[in-house]
Amino acid sequence: MKTSSGIENLISYGPVPGDGAGPPAPERVLFPPTFSVSEIKNKQRRHFMFLRWKQQQRKEKLALKKKRRKEREALGDKAPPKAVPKTIENQRVYDETTVDPNDEEVAFDEATDEFAPYFNRQTVPKILITTSDRPRGRTVRFCEQLATVIPNSHVYYRRGLALKRIIPQCIARDFTDLIVINEDRKIPNGLVLSHLPDGPTAHFRMSSVRLRKEIKRKGKEPTEHVPEVILNNFTTRLGHSIGRMFAALFPHNPQFIGRQVATFHNQRDYIFFRFHRYIFKSEKKVGIQELGPRFTLKLRSLQKGTFDSKFGEYEWIHKRREMDRSRRKFHL
Amino acid sequence: MAAPTRLCHVWVGAETGALKGVNLQRKEATNHVGGSGLSRGRGVSALTWGDPAQTELLVGSLDRSVSVFSTEKGKFTGERLCPGGDGAFCGLGVLGSSIVTAVESGLVRVWGEHEAEEPLQELTAGPGLCRMRQDPTRPHLVGTGGKENGLKVWDLQRPQEPLFRAKNVRNDWLDLRVPVWERDLQFLPGSQRVVTCTGHGQVRLYDPSTPQRRPVLDAAVGEAPLTALALIPGDTSVVVGSARGDVAVIDLRKGRVLRALKGFAGGVRGLQCHPRLPLVASVGLDRFLRVHQLRDGRLRDKVYLKSRLTCVLLSTHLDWEAQEEPPPQKEVKDEEGDELWDALESVPTPRKAKKRKISGV
Repeated sequence: MKTSSGIENLISYGPVPGDGAGPPAPERVLFPPTFSVSEIKNKQRRHFMFLRWKQQQRKEKLALKKKRRKEREALGDKAPPKAVPKTIENQRVYDETTVDPNDEEVAFDEATDEFAPYFNRQTVPKILITTSDRPRGRTVRFCEQLATVIPNSHVYYRRGLALKRIIPQCIARDFTDLIVINEDRKIPNGLVLSHLPDGPTAHFRMSSVRLRKEIKRKGKEPTEHVPEVILNNFTTRLGHSIGRMFAALFPHNPQFIGRQVATFHNQRDYIFFRFHRYIFKSEKKVGIQELGPRFTLKLRSLQKGTFDSKFGEYEWIHKRREMDRSRRKFHL
Repeated sequence: MAAPTRLCHVWVGAETGALKGVNLQRKEATNHVGGSGLSRGRGVSALTWGDPAQTELLVGSLDRSVSVFSTEKGKFTGERLCPGGDGAFCGLGVLGSSIVTAVESGLVRVWGEHEAEEPLQELTAGPGLCRMRQDPTRPHLVGTGGKENGLKVWDLQRPQEPLFRAKNVRNDWLDLRVPVWERDLQFLPGSQRVVTCTGHGQVRLYDPSTPQRRPVLDAAVGEAPLTALALIPGDTSVVVGSARGDVAVIDLRKGRVLRALKGFAGGVRGLQCHPRLPLVASVGLDRFLRVHQLRDGRLRDKVYLKSRLTCVLLSTHLDWEAQEEPPPQKEVKDEEGDELWDALESVPTPRKAKKRKISGV
């Protein structure tokens, strides 16, 4: 091509013919030290030079890697251990509210908070599941499936009733928790979890909701056995509060015969809910089948007291501009 | 080793009953209520200085006991029960050698020295009381306010009728009655004026010296309930904190927001400004004590205090600016080293050559 031969000329022969008199062209062209590829105005030539530079960088990198590998093999046992790659979880900014298990004041605070009656086995969880007004298909089916997953739960249709009126009636009928699934355009997108007698109310944003039929390789329907509960990675004080809230939904004595487990896994402030059935094939090998719905939650606010978004006092609110400044700082 | 209580700049009360003294220079907090003394039933609901020299703290707990804590000795020196009425303390004050207490059912009592006695004075300020405060310049005057209970200024020597009873503002643009919910109030020191903040997000200024019983200024600040109020020295602005963690500095002349203080994750329960330095300390439900600078709104100190906090009190007699002396042991060791270093010749440090980045192919 005409242009490429022109570039070759530029590279091999120094000054472009037509520039006028110049010294005899050397073998390798010498660019002035402050020259940079981006100064070439012609896009095609510039692109070509850039590609060449990139290839050169890649070659150098490969050579370096090879050299390092040879050195490592040469050293054998005395080689230094491989460097651990940095991940966002590795680089997480240390949160000073991380719970220290030996701290007696924090332990007292947790032992006497609103969930103490549940953890002291004085109350049995009884859950009321409802939705925002006029729910559509997916949300209704999601509520039914959630009710099979959480034992001792009842689904009621929300007939446009105000939550502040429902709550005293629930308390009178011995309900311990209220779950409200919020729906937007026929998909569930929010969850309000309120612990009943006077307990905190957590407001979550829900995403990635998959109903049972949308899960691939699923098992049969969940049975009536009480599942085990796994709470992963709730380290800070706020995380502990939320973890206890989830734990208070399930009765204390899991029935191991049922081999069902509900997992709340917190990673980077997102809580993943999964429901599995497991079977031990041997001592070390386990097979799991995913049953039940799956969804992801992100905490938006934790309010002290039962649901009162207008006049309630908030224990924690997610303020995006202030709290999401660093990619390595998490709150749960 | 516990930090000496004389150096505690801020005193904080928590819901678990803990009384913590915080030393801001060393960012240390010491809990003066031990492991067995912690109890939800003894959560701190009111905190005030017992004497003008700030050597004694009066701690009002949920079980209606008022404890006296001495900052000199670093321990509780006395306790008395103040029964009567329902609910927790919503205000504590000191009048000479007697204590003034107010509870949420509206009963305000003045107690004498001895515990077994009947109260010296008693007045009912109406149900649903949220706050009772004493005028710092005229301690026999107290102000009370609550839910559907407007501001009333009482003279403790004449408990039958309030000196000033505020009137509600006019009906709003839909001709509906504006609800009243005075959450916190403060007396402005220069004059007789009282500033209050409401649970509907309003800041109101009342002037009992004028015949107008309606508020002189009624400013709406956001929508969240305002739960704490503190005066800034200078009399023209106040700091208010809301239940959602929005803290703002409001100008009392126009009712505008001058500055917002950032960094709060939860509702604010207590605010106090330092009388001489431009600092404001705040505590809230997110278990942190924060000290902000008023001039530029920057967060100066943040201390994690493990339980939900309800009350804050600044120790204003201490010199906050003074640097702490380094412990004496270190100085002894340095002397020997100093002689060694002095004996050596000094070599001029070479200037670091500037690294020039060569960009190119």
